Amino acid sequence: MTEAFIYDAVRTPRGKGRSSGALHEVTPMRLATTALEAVRDRNSLDTSLVDDVVLGCVMPVGEQGADIARVAVIQSGYAETTAGVQINRFCASGLEACNMAAAQVMSGQSQMAIGGGVESMSRVPMGSDGGAWATDPAVALPTYFVPQGISADLIATKYGFSRDDVDSYAVESQKRAKRSWDEGRFSKSIIPVKDINGLTILDRDEHLRPDTTMQTLASLDPSFTVMGEQFGFDSVAMQRYPDVERIEHVHHAGNSSGIVDGAAAVLIGNKESGIRTGLKPRARIRSFASIGSEPTIMLTGPSFAAEKALKIAGMTPSDIDLWELNEAFASVVLRFMQALNIPHDKINVNGGAIALGHPLGATGAMILGTMVDELERSGKSTALVTLCVGAGMGTATIIERV
Amino acid sequence: MIDYNVDGDGVASITWNMADRPMNVMNGDSIGAFRDAVYKAIGDKAVKGVIVTSAKNDFVAGADLTNLLKESKDAAKATQNSFALQKLFRDIEKAGKPFVAAMNGTALGGGYEICLACHRRIAADNPKALIGLPEATIGLLPGAGGTQRLPRLIGVSKALPMMLEGKKVDPKAALALGMVDEVVAPADLLKRAKDWILNEGQSSHVKPWDQKGFRVPEAANTPRGAQVFTAGNAMLRAKTQGNYPNAQYIMSCVYEGMLVDIDTGLKIESRYFVACTQSKEARNMIRSLFFSIGEANKLANRPKNVPTQSYTKVGILGAGMMGAGIAWACSSVGIQTVLLDSTQDSADKGKAYSAALLDKRIKSKRGTEADKEKQLGLIKATTSYDDLKGCELIIEAVFEDRNIKADVTKKAEAQIATDAIFASNTSTLPISGLAEASSRPANFIGLHFFSPVDKMPLVEIIRGKQTSDETLARAMDFVKKIRKTPIVVNDSRGFYTSRVFATYVTEGLTMLAEGVHPAIIENAGKMAGMPVGPLALADEVSMELMYRVRQQTKKDLGDAYKSDGSEPVLQTMVEKLGRIGKKAGKGFYDYPADGKKKLWAELSKHFPVKPEAEQPDVQDVIKRLVYIQSVETARCLEEKVVIDVRDADVGSIMGWGFPPFRGGTVSNIDTVGVQPFVAECDQLAQKHGARFTPPKLLRDMAAGGKSFYAA
Repeated sequence: MTEAFIYDAVRTPRGKGRSSGALHEVTPMRLATTALEAVRDRNSLDTSLVDDVVLGCVMPVGEQGADIARVAVIQSGYAETTAGVQINRFCASGLEACNMAAAQVMSGQSQMAIGGGVESMSRVPMGSDGGAWATDPAVALPTYFVPQGISADLIATKYGFSRDDVDSYAVESQKRAKRSWDEGRFSKSIIPVKDINGLTILDRDEHLRPDTTMQTLASLDPSFTVMGEQFGFDSVAMQRYPDVERIEHVHHAGNSSGIVDGAAAVLIGNKESGIRTGLKPRARIRSFASIGSEPTIMLTGPSFAAEKALKIAGMTPSDIDLWELNEAFASVVLRFMQALNIPHDKINVNGGAIALGHPLGATGAMILGTMVDELERSGKSTALVTLCVGAGMGTATIIERV
Repeated sequence: MIDYNVDGDGVASITWNMADRPMNVMNGDSIGAFRDAVYKAIGDKAVKGVIVTSAKNDFVAGADLTNLLKESKDAAKATQNSFALQKLFRDIEKAGKPFVAAMNGTALGGGYEICLACHRRIAADNPKALIGLPEATIGLLPGAGGTQRLPRLIGVSKALPMMLEGKKVDPKAALALGMVDEVVAPADLLKRAKDWILNEGQSSHVKPWDQKGFRVPEAANTPRGAQVFTAGNAMLRAKTQGNYPNAQYIMSCVYEGMLVDIDTGLKIESRYFVACTQSKEARNMIRSLFFSIGEANKLANRPKNVPTQSYTKVGILGAGMMGAGIAWACSSVGIQTVLLDSTQDSADKGKAYSAALLDKRIKSKRGTEADKEKQLGLIKATTSYDDLKGCELIIEAVFEDRNIKADVTKKAEAQIATDAIFASNTSTLPISGLAEASSRPANFIGLHFFSPVDKMPLVEIIRGKQTSDETLARAMDFVKKIRKTPIVVNDSRGFYTSRVFATYVTEGLTMLAEGVHPAIIENAGKMAGMPVGPLALADEVSMELMYRVRQQTKKDLGDAYKSDGSEPVLQTMVEKLGRIGKKAGKGFYDYPADGKKKLWAELSKHFPVKPEAEQPDVQDVIKRLVYIQSVETARCLEEKVVIDVRDADVGSIMGWGFPPFRGGTVSNIDTVGVQPFVAECDQLAQKHGARFTPPKLLRDMAAGGKSFYAA
């Protein structure tokens, strides 16, 4: 099988995903082209060598609709022959896009492809695309649908993570994110978003709250209590998990991923394409996997996806130097660490979505890039990147610095 | 059956008038006649509009359930029939001339769906009239356009609870909801209907949903609609535990139907309706909740040839919670009630219970000060046995102690006529034993009320060894008079209801002793369809009481007493831990003053929980909790404690909340199938103990391929 290499990874900063956020004035198309143009320009890339651009986008409606990937390719002035496809694996879309781009390369069907993602959560809010799972009674009732927040609280309850546990995790995430910015750990990848005159709109992640403490978090009310207790979702979850007497609601805005806007792109190609473009590979993709898991608890997929990817790569958890799991909710990471016995100092070393935000379709590609940078910075060798996924899935990718 | 008439102004009247029935109902015959009349009116150019009304007190009470399921056996045929009915109603809607429903009285189910098909609904101001779509309560759904027209008319979020809960409202409330357009004085009803036809009706006989640009504001493809359905689905599962397919089908009809045009929506509704008619849940609910309860209310098992007894004065001994509740029940139907206790204070307190209930009614506008005064005037709180003179019936509701009961029996019997009935409200002590204190045991009977009496509709009538047919018949007359449902059982320890109900609690406690996770036990109870989990129920009943009853039984039975797996649990909770239940604020649960009850954190110290891998599947736990009740009921049938299987079903649903979708403890066996039920019980017996061993009655039925009810 052909080997797939990562040649470059870029991302926009993440703007707060509301009308007061800096990127609210920027269209998702412009976010996507910012990333695509950066990949081309900073590598002097002959885009006719890029066979396909795969972009994750979770709300592909309105201005993010109608195959935003292909239109972004055209808009960025890429070669006409570069195709574009938008995909949706919910929160792992950005990583899945990279995996699909890698798969094209590994199968020999593409020489070079870009994986990435885009999401303007401030402009195309969550829920915009409807869907049957929550609303269609014929689907929701037999499959025990609950919203993700309830699932996250269920994980905390079932696996014994207290409010203190999830809050401590959140405080540490903020601390690590601040250090990363202070030390310039993200500077290799960040592409400022600029206006029509070339003036910078945003060049820094905007969602961080570095002054977060246990005390500031303690003042926040749990977000999913009303939903759970008054709208019946706790009961639905308990009917699926009858060994749970009651759901402890521990998650809130301060220990869950932030709603933000942003885009990312990762350039992937085979060895020959590197030679042809004169680019040096930065990391090799060892394996990747997606997997389905129980949909009501929904967010426990990462450990299964990680195990699957490890098996494909012929590796064990001890072969991984750095772990990166999207901080959708604090309990998701705590459960992952518990399931695979991973020490906190090896996972999400530069902070995560609790501090930095989670632009749904783009996050996977962003954190893949973060790991490429971090392997190079720390001189470590292997990293496993994974995300929990709506409707009970997980996606994981293992990379190795070259 | 259906009268048709056209007046001089060209207004046709289609009048429901089923001579051979107490109420108008929709069946093949009446629908056929109605159809003929509708098309006659539509086809007659001289007819300017049509009034649909009834010549009876009620409008139309709904579908005739007698043959509904039988006639729906063939799903293809049932679907065609349903389509045909939908077409009839749709043709009314598109008639090109106005149809008005002149709702003179109760319009339920199909009856109200006729009204929904009309262009205007005018109801007579009759506070006794009920309007609604109650099909959900018997396992069905409104299948004649109700799920499509009501949400289009009043909105999804208002229509869903009406249909899911099967609410019935009076005309004024219906007006407020938008379910009717006008409420007028009964005398003006037909005049106003005709007026509307000749005036506004001539230009407004196109339904909103037949007009261009109509959109359902809360369809699922709108932000508001998405919220309504997302939360609605969860609330529905929380409430039904997924046990009532018809409830989901109602949601589905509305969800799917609001995304399409009405004609497509009606097709969707028909298919889900037919699915309901094929379901075991509808079969069980129609049988038990409609027919069996109906038969019980009609006193089907009343001994014949005994003249009906009327009641004017009843005495109640003991003004505690039960006595006070029974006093309420008697006085609320106009019976003079003597409420006797050993102190005037206690007697007054018992009477105050009725006063409090009446105050609540006034507050919720369901009663007036005058009503209160009148009803309280009927209750005499006293300590004097002399006041019992003239009572046709005495109900003893004193402490469960044989000596006290014997004493009050003698004192009361000294005051009443020789043919008066003496009833005991005991829930545990055998009636024949108590009758030994009576000088006329033939007139001695058990009337087992359920708490709280004002809410619980069942009375378990217990026949002692010497109770006469006449006494039984007259006692049944009394239960009917106070508007409760009687079931008749023979004397035995715990009678029927207490005995079988106890098995549910006992099984839960036994599982706790086995190391089953208490949350699984409790959730399984609720998922089985029971109102609360067995541990919570033990807390409510009070473990002290349960323990005391056991000690008494042990004393009474001597060597014949059989202990079980729950006994050590009771002993630990009562004797060792003093956690006797909710009353004491601590049992299996803690009851914090400011929050919801929570399983006691230290429970696992005393009843160690098996590791997760060894925990049973929740479906197996549900099976144990349900089957134990059915197998105990089968034993009651074999021992002739219960004679009529319908009484067993009705008693289980109304007495202790056995899940209606299972049809009752007996119907549950039929639903599983007698043969498979016996086989499964044998397996359960092997695994969990002889209490699951099916009695001979069941084995014989299984061998003979028999069922309790005709298929």
